[in-house]
Amino acid sequence: MTTIQAINLTKRYGTTLAVDDLSFTIEPGRVTGFLGPNGAGKSTTMRMMLGLDRPSGGSVRVGGKPYSELRHPLRTIGALLDAKAVHGGRTARNHLLCLAQSNGIGRARVEEVMETVGLTAVAKRRVGGFSLGMGQRLGIAAALLGDPEILMFDEPVNGLDPEGIRWIRTLMRGLAAEGRTVFVSSHLMSEMAQTADHLIVIGKGRLIADTGVQDFIARSSQSYVRVRSPRMAQLAPLLTGAELSAHGDHMRVIGLPASKIGDVAAGAGIALHELTVVEPTLEAAYMELTKDSVEYAGETVPA
Amino acid sequence: MIDVMRSEWTKLRSVRSTMWTFGVGVLAMIGFGAGIPAALVAMNEPAEMEPVAASLSGVPFAALIFASLGAMVITSEYRTGMMRTSLTAVPQRLKLLASKVLVFTLVALLVALFSTFAAFFLGQAFLGTENAAASPGDPGVLRALLGTALYLTMSGLFGLGIGTFIRHTPGAIVLIVALMMVVPMMGNMLPGAIGEFIVKFFTTNAGQRVASVGEQAGLLGPWQGFGVYALWAAAAMVIGAVLLKRRDA
Repeated sequence: MTTIQAINLTKRYGTTLAVDDLSFTIEPGRVTGFLGPNGAGKSTTMRMMLGLDRPSGGSVRVGGKPYSELRHPLRTIGALLDAKAVHGGRTARNHLLCLAQSNGIGRARVEEVMETVGLTAVAKRRVGGFSLGMGQRLGIAAALLGDPEILMFDEPVNGLDPEGIRWIRTLMRGLAAEGRTVFVSSHLMSEMAQTADHLIVIGKGRLIADTGVQDFIARSSQSYVRVRSPRMAQLAPLLTGAELSAHGDHMRVIGLPASKIGDVAAGAGIALHELTVVEPTLEAAYMELTKDSVEYAGETVPA
Repeated sequence: MIDVMRSEWTKLRSVRSTMWTFGVGVLAMIGFGAGIPAALVAMNEPAEMEPVAASLSGVPFAALIFASLGAMVITSEYRTGMMRTSLTAVPQRLKLLASKVLVFTLVALLVALFSTFAAFFLGQAFLGTENAAASPGDPGVLRALLGTALYLTMSGLFGLGIGTFIRHTPGAIVLIVALMMVVPMMGNMLPGAIGEFIVKFFTTNAGQRVASVGEQAGLLGPWQGFGVYALWAAAAMVIGAVLLKRRDA
């Protein structure tokens, strides 16, 4: 078993429901993105998966077992929740060594993962002095230590430079291509669009979607043509068979290709100031789906 | 279990602050243990203090240092967030705590034995110049020396138990000072049964009995006292273990 399975998972803090009856299964061989606005319950869910927080209801199974029943958990699942969760006074090598020893993993593997993430040169430096990027690499080295079939990363690209982001992205794709289960949370759509194959979207602790990236986009928003013209009122009735909606100084046309709209306008002698095909993005789909569940929404300033 | 203990040993030895704190404990034992006898000799009053007690003058300080160190074994993991990483590697929480306890006990006992005997022999060397030295063969001396090492080790375990449920270094140290120093000293000021209870049974008042040569009327015997002190440490450890098991990390 190389899946992560949440069954009616629930976490309550006082009267607040942080995680509300989540059920899903994360499958191997692909990158599953875990999306949701800040405060949606992503980190709480991940902490429950690792046995750090106790669910108020339901359960979660990692590789078919509750986390606390894994004898050498690092060999089943490698997780990076918080790269700063290290003792700053310890060297990188000793940090990894103490984790390796606790799971019966040999010293040679410590050197190997440091090589993989590019920390060999700073193995003897104390991790308190590490930059954000180096700390993140150390966290990933720890996740890879047990050569696990399941990997889990919480917001792994936060604060990284573009080179670091690309490195992590390539690493995650590579791990999934090897047939491993890769579960990665983010609040950044653009990041998920480039990395994930499958999405689990939550808002206010509830499951909003559990679907492939393409399906997700297709399901929640459509492509349309943005049309702007000084004679909008004359043009609109001519666009038969299309669904029109006004948006300020332009309108959105769904159901007619741009070429057809252009032809109709030209035929009627109507000038077009804009004719743009707008393809849906993951970002738009996500905003659409989560707009009701954003915990801390900024006030919209009227234009 | 052996794997987790090896891991805990790596953790303990690879952080400078633990090694430093152990060093300060050793220095307190040796510094006072040699310094007080040397001062007695210099003042021409070598018989003013019982010789073993003179060379173990550092014990009350060392006990606080050992307790703080015991607390820091676990509170430093909470402070840095390392605890979450540790629990991810070893989700059987009581197994993790037991490994910490065993490794710390072994290391603390070795350090305590070394510093106790070093302090004793250095102190007696000074007193010996005035023929006022005690020897390990004298009645009760060897028991007091071994008792001192056990007392210091148990102090460390008391601190570790406190640290496990307080999870916070300054808070744990405040509680250690209160329970091991402030309240025990208040015993003589408080009237009646409460004062008597504190003088006889409260933490270090009971524990220190095993670390001195003689017995005093109205106080517990050496091993009785140590047993009571061990109960205090065990109580702290049980509270810590129950909360560790139940709380979110």
